[in-house]
Amino acid sequence: MAQTVFAPWDNPDEKPLIQFKNVTKRFGDFTAIDNLTQDIYTREFFALLGPSGCGKTTMMRMLAGFENPSEGQILIAGQDMAGVPPNKRPVNMMFQSYALFPHLSVWDNIAFGLRREGAEKTQLAARVEQMLKLTRLERFARRKPHQISGGQRQRVALARSLAKAPKLLLLDEPLGALDKKLRQDTQFELMDIQEKTGTTFVIVTHDQEEAMTVASRVAVMDEGRIMQVATPAVIYEQPNSVYVADFIGDVNIIEGAATPHPQADGYSVAWAEGQPQFHAKTNRSFAPGQKCFLALRPEKVAISAEPPEEAANRIQGKIIDIAYLGNISTYHVRLPNGTMMKAQTANTRRLSRRSLTWEDAVWLSWTDTAAAVLEG
Amino acid sequence: MRRFTWFNATSLTLGFVFLYLPMVILVIYSFNASKLVTVWAGFSTRWYGELLGNQAFLDAAWVTLKVAVASSTLATVLGTMAAYVLVRSGRFAGRTLFSGMIYAPLVMPEVITGLSLLLLFIGIGLDRGVLTIILAHTTFAMCYVSVVVSSRLVSFDRSLEEAALDLGCTPFTAFRLVTLPIIAPAVVSGWLLAFTLSLDDLVIASFTAGPSATTLPIKIFSAVRLGVSPEINALSTLMIAIVTVGVITASLISKRASLAQQRDAQAAARAQ
Amino acid sequence: MRRALLIAVPYLWLLALFLVPFLIVLKISLSDTALAIPPYLPTLDFTEGWAGIWGFLQELDFENFTFLTQDELYWRAYLSSVQIALISTVLTLLVGYPIAYGMASAPEHWRATLMMLVILPFWTSFLIRVYSWMGILSNEGLLNQLLQGLGLIDQPLIILNTNTAVYIGIVYTYLPFMILPIYAALEKMDAALLEAAEDLGCSRLTAFWLVTVPLSRQGIIAGCFLVFIPALGEFVIPSLLGGSGTLMIGKVLWEEFFNNRDWPVASAVAVILLLILIIPIILFQRNEQKQREREG
Repeated sequence: MAQTVFAPWDNPDEKPLIQFKNVTKRFGDFTAIDNLTQDIYTREFFALLGPSGCGKTTMMRMLAGFENPSEGQILIAGQDMAGVPPNKRPVNMMFQSYALFPHLSVWDNIAFGLRREGAEKTQLAARVEQMLKLTRLERFARRKPHQISGGQRQRVALARSLAKAPKLLLLDEPLGALDKKLRQDTQFELMDIQEKTGTTFVIVTHDQEEAMTVASRVAVMDEGRIMQVATPAVIYEQPNSVYVADFIGDVNIIEGAATPHPQADGYSVAWAEGQPQFHAKTNRSFAPGQKCFLALRPEKVAISAEPPEEAANRIQGKIIDIAYLGNISTYHVRLPNGTMMKAQTANTRRLSRRSLTWEDAVWLSWTDTAAAVLEG
Repeated sequence: MRRFTWFNATSLTLGFVFLYLPMVILVIYSFNASKLVTVWAGFSTRWYGELLGNQAFLDAAWVTLKVAVASSTLATVLGTMAAYVLVRSGRFAGRTLFSGMIYAPLVMPEVITGLSLLLLFIGIGLDRGVLTIILAHTTFAMCYVSVVVSSRLVSFDRSLEEAALDLGCTPFTAFRLVTLPIIAPAVVSGWLLAFTLSLDDLVIASFTAGPSATTLPIKIFSAVRLGVSPEINALSTLMIAIVTVGVITASLISKRASLAQQRDAQAAARAQ
Repeated sequence: MRRALLIAVPYLWLLALFLVPFLIVLKISLSDTALAIPPYLPTLDFTEGWAGIWGFLQELDFENFTFLTQDELYWRAYLSSVQIALISTVLTLLVGYPIAYGMASAPEHWRATLMMLVILPFWTSFLIRVYSWMGILSNEGLLNQLLQGLGLIDQPLIILNTNTAVYIGIVYTYLPFMILPIYAALEKMDAALLEAAEDLGCSRLTAFWLVTVPLSRQGIIAGCFLVFIPALGEFVIPSLLGGSGTLMIGKVLWEEFFNNRDWPVASAVAVILLLILIIPIILFQRNEQKQREREG
């Protein structure tokens, strides 16, 4: 396994494919994108993740050329895109509604862009067949869009936008219209196709699971700003803000005041009157007494009936609620001061042998590296 | 709504009798042998023969047809442009005035439209004739066309046009290759509406026609002012027949198309 | 560039053939009648420059409008137009509502056909539809023949060339405009609403009155305006079915223009007719706007 890790963003010599430079976009009084700077590299699968109205779609539409930045510059392969219309950009887009031309067959939909380039007939046919094969649509080439299923339509849209071999493919909520099972299958298919074609993908989604699954890097957005850009693992394990921690997955957020720990490099966090302080390690530095937040994932909190030995943090509480989700169970535990905390365990044992139940007094424990210490 | 009762059935029956009986009577009496239009004197096609021998009517019909074809075609082009501007062009100077001018002719009494156009034509010294009727009909028909087409454009998925641009179309080719084929049914019904309005119009044509050009409605109007005539009955029957055949054919075609669409959708659902 | 052209062509067309003509009407309504060609004064003479325009403006006055208010004929014509349009709108509603209701409660597979049957007359010539009543309503007409044949009347009823014939004509020709919006409103209605009302103790009639009518209100309002607005300026119906006693403003305007050749007065008549129409048109647009907002 001597494979080098794909991380062009860590290589200072690598030239980015896309550069947003201080881009601001306003619609009337509303600022959709607020002074945003970001690089995206060749062959990346870059996900823009955020709630609706956070500006992710605006960013994508500016790349496609349907909107122009109010201020700042967008460069693709080093070329300034200002004033370049959508039909002159080396970019193609897969639309959320798929936007398949209803009056054209699947074949003609895929050939549409190639025809505009004036591609030669046999080459065009070969390319269309190649795309049909890639997306497993050979049998449906002669059908019209309304004669095929939703999943097939999604693949036609993908094939059509890939046919011109764009440098950059934009995907606007590409799987939003599919049901959950089909969506999961299609996610892997998308990754597979991205790898096969070597195209740079930028995907817009509000589904964090989807972003985490497919993307090489995820940009979490809020109110026109990028809050954090990192690989899915970093986003999850080392969120840089309460917003990101809270947006991705389930989390316990505990507010407190940090004091440098006498020994080691950690901090003690005073979080409630008369309660033992929590200990946490972090590379961030806090002044004594500075306000901080602990972001603690439920699956990193162990739950047991007996007091655990040698835990950096432990606290007693009472089980209020249990959510049984099949593979895991989430326990809602009330701490002595009334704070609720979530702990998760994998259900490796059979149901009948589970020992914890409602109203049980339990111990929660976690290590000093389990929680991320955040400024806000 | 469900519950189809006797009351509903009766009101429907009476309603449709009211709507259709006058025309049925008209058709029946067009085959009356007697010149006295209210006395039945046996079956005859005599009035159709006389009608076809009446050069003045034939001339008027020809003028009407020329005007209708020309004005509805012009109105369709202008009306589609206007609809596109209304729905797609966003803000521009004078937009409110523009949409006002599109909707106002729809509610403007015909006598006023006719009067104002006549005064314009006289003011600029344009001789009244076929050309002036075409100009007048185009103007009010284009507003109807633009209403029909813009209601289709509003529901048109804009990302289809964006996809075309994205795949390398200029805005104009995107319109030609994607938008126009999809809104074509609305454009066609706009044309048909404009054509019928032009065929039908009496008031505006009366104001804008000169002695050199008389349309069929003007001819019919001056004839029926004097009372009911069997020749007009025959002419009316022919016009009713043409419209009926046209409308029924059109609705059969669209019914067939929607059935095919339904079948396809079901097949697609099964194919999942 | 293309966008500018796209806007300019229909824009200029409408300016030249809709707005300018209308301004001419306005201008002539302020001019004086003259025995000349064109038969009004003053005419605008650009050769005299600004002085000419100023002189021209000074010549304009409201004399024609004063004349309209003084001559009883005109304001009686306006009043009677409004009255005839109102009465026929109410009659159209009374005839149209049961038909729309019947259509909406008909089995679903009939509805497309019923709809086509309502629209079909709209495609046939307006003139012919009005004309078809002349043979029915005349003194020796089919209606009188039928009634006399049944022994219900001795003397023929005089209907043609009276206001009654005008009402019948307007109801007949504008009926589809009333039926369609009401049908559209009723068709959207959920049948369970009526069942719920009856379940809660309404009789059929009270359920109709308390549920169906309020829910079809938008359709009723739209239908009434769609009948009232064109009926107000109607010309063909009063001139073919109405009598010499039938005063409608469209007919007055026509006669003023073609028979009396009094262009300034005809123009003034037109301007006032438009002023009267503005009120229902604005109300109608408000209603449509409200409906759009409600439907989101």
